[in-house]
Formats: sequence, structure tokens, C-alpha cells
Amino acid sequence: MKLTVDGKIHEVDVEPDMPLLWVLRDELGITGVKYGCGIAQCGACTVHVDGYAIRSCQQPVGDLEGEVTTINGLGTPDALHAVQAAWIEHQVAQCGYCQSGQIMSAAALLAENPNPSDEDIDDAMSGNLCRCGTYPRIREAVKTAARTVRSA
Amino acid sequence: MGRLKTFTRRAFLIGSVAVAGGVAFGAYMVNKPHANPLLDNLGDGEAALTPYVRIDADGVTLITPRADKGQGAYSVQAALIAEELDVELDQVKIDPGPPSPAYWNTALADEAATFMAPGGGVGESIAYGALSAVMKTIGMQITGGSTTVPDGFVKLRQAGAVARETLKLAAAQKTGAAASELRTEAGRVLLPDGSSLAYAELAPIAATIDPPQDIQLRAPSEWRLIGKPMQRVDIVAKSTGTQSYGIDHKVDGMVHAAIKLNPAQIGPLIGFDAGEALKMRGVSKVVAVTGGVAAIADNTWRAFQAAEAVEAEWGPAPFPATMDEHWQALADSFTEDALDSRKRDDGDVEISIAETGEIISAEYRAPYLAHAPLEPISAIVRVDDDRAEVWTGTQIPRFIQNNVGKIAGIDPEKVTVHALYMGGSFGHRLEDEVVKQAAEIAVQMKGTPVKLTYSREQDMSHDFTRQIAMAQLRGVVRDGKVETYDLGIAMPSVVVSQMSRQGLSVPGPDSQIVAGAWDQPFTIPNQRVTGYRAPELAPISSWRSVGASSNGFFYNAGLDELIHAAGADPMEERLRLCSNPEARKVLEAVAEMSGWDGVLGDGRGRGVALTQSFGVHCAEVIEVSNTEYGIRIDKVWVAAEVGTVVDPVNFDNLVKGGVVFALGHAMNCEITYTDGIADQSNFDSFQGMRMYQCPTIEVRGLENGDRVLGIGEPPVPPAAAALAGAIFAATGTRLREMPFSKFVDFA
Repeated sequence: MKLTVDGKIHEVDVEPDMPLLWVLRDELGITGVKYGCGIAQCGACTVHVDGYAIRSCQQPVGDLEGEVTTINGLGTPDALHAVQAAWIEHQVAQCGYCQSGQIMSAAALLAENPNPSDEDIDDAMSGNLCRCGTYPRIREAVKTAARTVRSA
Repeated sequence: MGRLKTFTRRAFLIGSVAVAGGVAFGAYMVNKPHANPLLDNLGDGEAALTPYVRIDADGVTLITPRADKGQGAYSVQAALIAEELDVELDQVKIDPGPPSPAYWNTALADEAATFMAPGGGVGESIAYGALSAVMKTIGMQITGGSTTVPDGFVKLRQAGAVARETLKLAAAQKTGAAASELRTEAGRVLLPDGSSLAYAELAPIAATIDPPQDIQLRAPSEWRLIGKPMQRVDIVAKSTGTQSYGIDHKVDGMVHAAIKLNPAQIGPLIGFDAGEALKMRGVSKVVAVTGGVAAIADNTWRAFQAAEAVEAEWGPAPFPATMDEHWQALADSFTEDALDSRKRDDGDVEISIAETGEIISAEYRAPYLAHAPLEPISAIVRVDDDRAEVWTGTQIPRFIQNNVGKIAGIDPEKVTVHALYMGGSFGHRLEDEVVKQAAEIAVQMKGTPVKLTYSREQDMSHDFTRQIAMAQLRGVVRDGKVETYDLGIAMPSVVVSQMSRQGLSVPGPDSQIVAGAWDQPFTIPNQRVTGYRAPELAPISSWRSVGASSNGFFYNAGLDELIHAAGADPMEERLRLCSNPEARKVLEAVAEMSGWDGVLGDGRGRGVALTQSFGVHCAEVIEVSNTEYGIRIDKVWVAAEVGTVVDPVNFDNLVKGGVVFALGHAMNCEITYTDGIADQSNFDSFQGMRMYQCPTIEVRGLENGDRVLGIGEPPVPPAAAALAGAIFAATGTRLREMPFSKFVDFA
């Protein structure tokens, strides 16, 4: 089957019930997408499908409709997305393992709502667990990124 | 103890050795005449170099042997070297280095010696033997106990300074300029004529020069990095999905393995049928390992599915079947026979209690908890006839060498360990079961690298959890003051459980049973803290702040009960009782930050707690509201005394994270076992705190003390007690057992 990830078309030969997460990580080698729980409870595997944030661990690849964007396609160290730049500015990460998913959830939020209230931020981000407890910095970084998005 | 401390302060010299195309600088451990278990493996006149700086044609590499599990250890170690070496962090490579007995953690050795030898005398010599055994085995290259900064603060700066001065001598030799006229900046030696030489160019000459030893470290006023906000070396990678963790690592030709362990924790495997599993796509093999079976496939998910499909017969867990029995075992341990330590016994508790008619008494409980770093554990192991290679995220590389060596039947020195980035730990990676199991598989597939990845369910339900603990308190109040505080704490020994898995027995009292309780900075006329050793129950391990994680709650919440009975204010009475000037400043700081002035009213409440753990006094004030949806945690104020804040940004992040971590678990987390099987195996039933529950947190680092201390763990112990105090103030409900969600709702 064919799928489009980060602007590239890939051909994979896998079972249709294999979660998108594992197709990305093990078949395509896109390891910025993280495995944390496998049951859509932690958000580490968040990617965009046609701009919407989804949990790739719960998305059978056979049912996938739309183009996938991962953290690796959102921006790069040399061409940062506004959310990634804000994450660096605020030094959000500790272990960093959840941050791919946090950034993808934040980017989807800001694409839809570039002026989110505190409550909007909490609503959009509460599906993403951070075991290191970086939530205070995530909040600040989302607000900084929102300002960048609005002024762009 | 005295000898060890003298040794750790004085006996490292910075030396150098020539390496291919350059030079390496590091600390020499010279075998001193006095006995020191750290040095038993060195012969007379022998010395071992611990390299921290390597300079060759490729540039400068800083070696940071303490593991980075998210706490920023690589950055802080690199910054300490760079402060004196005059390099910028974006110019250098950072390498955790190979496991080596030379990377001894002297700060943890001090901590361990304290732990093992509480009473001196006979206890000390017995403990010394145990300490020696542990240290020999692991070479003390261990990351834990909030020791990375205390251990490296002088050593790493000195390595940087000696390297810098040697490079200047090399430049002087090469150019004829006087060394005293040379300066250094950004990885170059600056010459009087305005030209400069890169360190890499000077490295071959530097290798031939005896490094000077009498170098004065720069005064704090001259620091350009320490105390100022730093950009973490991994922050760009961790914000762009380009940081590779252990679970992301690939080795050519590797296969993927998944494990199905006996659901009953550490119970045995009796037999299995892999028929269905072997029919599944991509599955090549199913093998037995200790306590379980492993499926080998060509992809992680296929291995997970295949492991699930294996039918197995299991034996029972070697501990009680119901939680009631676990709690009963603790309750039954408050006896003279089980008395483990009584390190505090001021005044006369018994007389005070006998003389008064009104005794305040209560019982407290803290549950088993999973570590659950967000990255599930994994390891790649390749075993060949005469060597083995391991790639994993770990805090205990030396244990791994030994264990893999044993399993593979080879010399531990023939086991190469590559330390990989970790997606959190909280103490989880002080264990190495995943590596041992990967090695057991790999010896059955020699020459093939085997990557074993745990599913979240296997990881959480087979974690070696935080200790279960119980406290019983009695107290007397008089004239509005706390007069008598008698606290007994019962738990199994974490250290005994943990070390038993490394084949080590640890004799003597376990001071973790009373850590965070016996050594608190409050002077009460009659005060006694007694540790009771409960029998081994479920296997347990070090969980962020270890004994203090439960005892900070017990001690402070118990003190709150007495203060309330006395009719006093929790902050004012703590300030009155506080007998340590540093601790008092910490309490005063949170009182001032929070504007503490008694009762808030309107369904709001504040609590305060102070715990000294790992040498750090850390106080927290928490404010909650009782809303129609339950308790909402609104604000937290934290102050901690650490001597010197090395990086204020990372300090702030670690303190806030420690508070969130502690509060999340206090709110809603526990691991319970039914017939040995964990009832929680994923984040649906073990949630922690989510963003919408996160309070605003204000942090202040105090620098009044003369010791430099680490901040990874100290914010954890006081948090639950401050929360319980706030909930009591807001609702009148006294919470004596975690998780609090058993008794109140959280908004």
C-alpha cells in the first residue's frame, strides 16, 4: 500500500491492521514519532493527518486516509516550525520523549486557533502526558508560538 | 567516613595521557596508603586516569560519565568543564564515555557510606565491607542520589582548568611566547600578537607536557557559564524529533524481540506453547527467558503481537496474594524485633506520653508506585563467542557489564556498553532486567544483535516499584505548641531488594527506611523516629527520592496533625520549631513568596511542608480550591537551598517537574497486586498529572549554603504533605493515605 508521509510517497508491504505508529517507526525509519502507551493515553505518537492531530498508535494503516505529517516533517533544526522555535526558546524538554507529540498537538491547535485561551490550551494538550512534568513550560511555549503564528 | 571524605576532597590529581592524534585530561586516582575500598583494584604505585577532556584532530570532546535521563546531566557536566576550559558548548562533542571503574561517584559513595553506617562502631565496619563489595562491583559509576552536580562540581572544573593551562604551555613551547601572556577563549589560545591557535593544533604538544597541578579555580565572580541561563546541549534535537533514544537505536542485522513475562511478578515460567505465535507473519523464533518467553520478529509490533499470542503456564509470585496481606505485614512490623534504626531520640517520648492524658495518634500509608518513564525500556545485545556488545539507556553500566558477561560466559571487560539517551528514568534504569533478558535471548542467537523492547504493559506491570510504606505517629501538644512527636515507619528495605537482583547482600540497617524523617531540621522537646524493617514483599526499587518519597509525606503530615491539635499555624509553628538557619531561610522564602497569612476561606486552603533530602532543604506551599468538580490545585511556591544554582533554567524546570511528578502520583497513582499480578498496566489506570490539572509554580533557588547540591530529587518529598495540608485547610478532610483520589475528587 501507498502512503504519503512528510511530503514523500512510500510503498509499504504490511498488514492493514498494523498501527501507523509502527509503520512510521519500523518500516519507514521515522523515529521522531514515539511509542509510549499503544492505547492513545499518552499522546507521544501524535502526528497530523491532513492537518488534524491523531494518535498514530490507534490508526490502522489500512484505514488511513490523508497525508501524514510527523515531527520530522513539521520542521527541521535548520528550518524550525514556530512551535519548535518556541520549545527551544523556553527550554521545554527534560527527557524530551513526549515532546514530539506535545509539539504536534500544539501545532494542530494553533493551525486551527492562533489565539487560544488558557482553557483552549489545556483542552488541546491534556491528552499528552509528560512524566517529567514540563507542563508549565509547555503552556508558555504554546503562547509564544501563538504570537509568532499570529504575526506571520 | 572521615577517611573517605578526606580522600574525596583531596586525592584527585588532574593528569593527561597521549591518545591517537591528541591528548586526554582527567582525574588520576592515586593509590593512597590508607585503606579505601574505591581503590582496592589498584596495585601499589598504580594510577588510573579518568578522562573528562579529549582533544584530537577532530576537536574537543567533553566526557560526561553521569547518565542523562532527562535531567540535563550532559549539559551540566559539560558546562562545568567548559567553564574553565574556555570552550563554547556548541563547539564541542559530548560523549558519555565507556563504562569504567574510574568514573567513581564520590558523592554517592559518601551518601552510601552514610546510609550503611548510621551508628559507627561495629555497624560501620560491617557496612564498610558491604560498601566495598558494592563499589568493587559497579566501580561506583552510577547516576543517582541527586549527585551529578555535587560529584562533579570541583572535579570537572579542575579537569577543564588543568587542560587549559597545559594547552597554554603547549602554545608557549610552540611559539616562544611566555605562558603568562597567553589567554584562552572559545577553544583557542590567544597569542600576544593577536593571532591564535586552536586547541586541536596544540594537542600533540600538550600530550608531552606534565600538566601543572597548582591551578586556582576561577572565583564565582569570574564565571561566564555557571549561574547563568544555558541552552541545553540537546534542546534542538529534542524539539525537532531528531534526538535518538535507546528505543530508536538500530544496529545492522538486528532482530526485534518482545517479551511476555509471568503476569505474577517475578513468578517462574513452567511451560509454553508457541504454535500460534510462530505462524504469525515475520515471526522467526520464540525462546524462553527467566520468568517469561520472548518472541523474535522482523518488526517491533509483530514481536509484540507474537509475544501476546504465546500460551504459557506460570508459577505463582513469591509474595502475598492480596494487598490486605501486604498492609498487614507492615502493620505487624512495628515491633522490637523488626526495629531497624532509631537514629533520632530526643528528650523522652515515653515519659511525655505516659504523663499526658491526651495522645494524638494516626496511621499513614504510601502505596507501591511504578516509575513509568515515558520511553519504555529496551536494550540491544549482541553476543559473540568471546565478546558482547550492549546498547541501552542505563544508570548502571558497570552492573550491566558484569551481568551480560555472566550470561554470555565471558569476561565482563569483554562486554562493551554503549550508553544511549533515555526518555526518563526516575530510578527505573537503576535496574537492568531488560538487558539481562536481551542477553539471554542473544546467547541463543549468537552473532545476531537482538533488540528487546518492552510494551508499556510489560514495563509497568513488571516494574520494580517504589516501596510500600506505613507510618504510625503519636504526639503530645501543650500550651499551643508541639511537645512530643513519636514517628515509627515500616517498609521493606529498598536497597536489599534492589541489590539482591545484582547478587549482593547488604547487611546492617537501611537508613532509607527513615530518610526524610529522622534528619529533619525541627527541634521538638521529645522527638523520636524509628525505622522498622518489614519483610520483603513485592520486589521494590529506588523511585525518585527513594525513602524520602514516602517519608516526607509521613513526617510533615504527622507534624501538621500535631500543629493542628495545638491550635497553631502550620507555617508559624514550623518556623518556631526550625532549628537550622538554612532551613529557616527556605521556610521564610516560601512564606514570603506565597504571602502566607493564615486562613484563606471560601473553600480555599494552603498547606506547607519542608523536607531535607539529599542534603537539600526544600519547602513548598500549595494552595487549593474546593470546586464543584473537586479539588483544584491552584498554586505552588517552592524554595530550595542548593549552595550554587549551576543553570537557573534547568534548575527551575527540574523543580517544577519534581513538583508535578510528586503531586500527580499523590493524587491518583498506585500499583496494587492481586495474586501477584499488577492491577495497573498502562496510563489509563496510572495517570499522574495532566496539563489541565497543573498549577502555576513559582520557584526560588537559595544559595546560602557552602555545599553545592543536586536538585533532581529534593522537590518530590514535601509535595504530597503540602497538598494534604491544603486539602485539610480547604475541606477539613485529613488525608492519611496516598493516592488521595481514593478519598477526594480532583478537578
